[in-house]
Amino acid sequence: MAEFSLPQNSKVQKGKIHPKPEGAVRTKTFNIYRWSPEDQENPRMDSYTVNLDDCGPMVLDALIKIKGETDSSLTFRRSCREGICGSCSMNIDGTNTLACLKSIDDVKGDVDIYPLPHMPVIKDLVPDLSHAYAQLASIEPWIKTDTTAPEGEERRQSVEDREKMDGLWECVLCFSCSTSCPSYWWNGDRYLGPAVLLQAYRWIADSRDEYTGERLDALEDPFRLYRCHTIMNCTQTCPKGLNPGKAIAEIKKLQLERQ
Amino acid sequence: MAQQRPLSPHLMIYKPQLTSMMSITHRATGAALALGSLLVVWWIVALATGAEYYSFVQSIIASWFGQLVLFGFTVAVFYHLSNGIRHLFWDFGHNLTIEGVHRTGYMVLASTVILTALTWALVFFG
Repeated sequence: MAEFSLPQNSKVQKGKIHPKPEGAVRTKTFNIYRWSPEDQENPRMDSYTVNLDDCGPMVLDALIKIKGETDSSLTFRRSCREGICGSCSMNIDGTNTLACLKSIDDVKGDVDIYPLPHMPVIKDLVPDLSHAYAQLASIEPWIKTDTTAPEGEERRQSVEDREKMDGLWECVLCFSCSTSCPSYWWNGDRYLGPAVLLQAYRWIADSRDEYTGERLDALEDPFRLYRCHTIMNCTQTCPKGLNPGKAIAEIKKLQLERQ
Repeated sequence: MAQQRPLSPHLMIYKPQLTSMMSITHRATGAALALGSLLVVWWIVALATGAEYYSFVQSIIASWFGQLVLFGFTVAVFYHLSNGIRHLFWDFGHNLTIEGVHRTGYMVLASTVILTALTWALVFFG
């Protein structure tokens, strides 16, 4: 049964308000979720006000600036700062996205930042993705074949077959979609979620893979696949503009067609 | 010893949007219709019980509260019907884009309003 409220130790409290920078003309306030495993405190929301005239355009720029200049204890994942590594996924202004692709100017008023929703928190904006990664491993995201590869060359694929994987291979596994999905919130222990199902479809749609039937067998399950109720929060939130909801629908269609 | 990891906020911080709101409304109207069908059974049972009991039930239905429930019933029927058809198209893989989801979402909302209005216009003026 879905638990709609947060457990006692997870309830978010008021936190520190850091002073506004002096002499700044254009400013923006960032309210950021903080939690540290090193004390016995509940999570809290700390406020930081940033001088926009001395800051890059993206939310990640502001986070790096806050960490560098105001509060070095602020913890978040980041690497490429150009939307290709998928590290800085978080909930910004109510929806999940990559901090490096989210323009500060796109947010009206204060910028509220939380970790990806309904995940165990390691520290501040860093969620524990172990379960999601284990789910990814469970769909065996690699090519599986019985035939031996042609001598001295790769397995060939027609241009048309290759095009079937467009919109699938670009996923950076940031899990913005999975953690935007209410079904994944309530049943994430057994439902694979949009990110993993999009990956599952990526291998089902690959003409070189020879285990399509086995892959569909493994997904034919009331929880793993069919907890998707086409809410479409996933597609709505994907920072890469991909369509996990459509990929899941394609898997459901294939399940029906082969009956 | 490190503290047990908290669960990050979810429903309470996620922005309500057309996608999730229409989905939860579909479920809520479905649940309401299941309960509403019991009222229909009650009405039919009243019909079979006899003239006196039937007129008693009819008087409840005709009251402002009864009319309000019936109005909610029609809204739920037309929303669930329209959105059900939207789901049917989705199951064929159609309109599963952000643009398609929004366009068909507004179509469902419009058809709910229009069909409900038509029904009640028939009741009062038909």
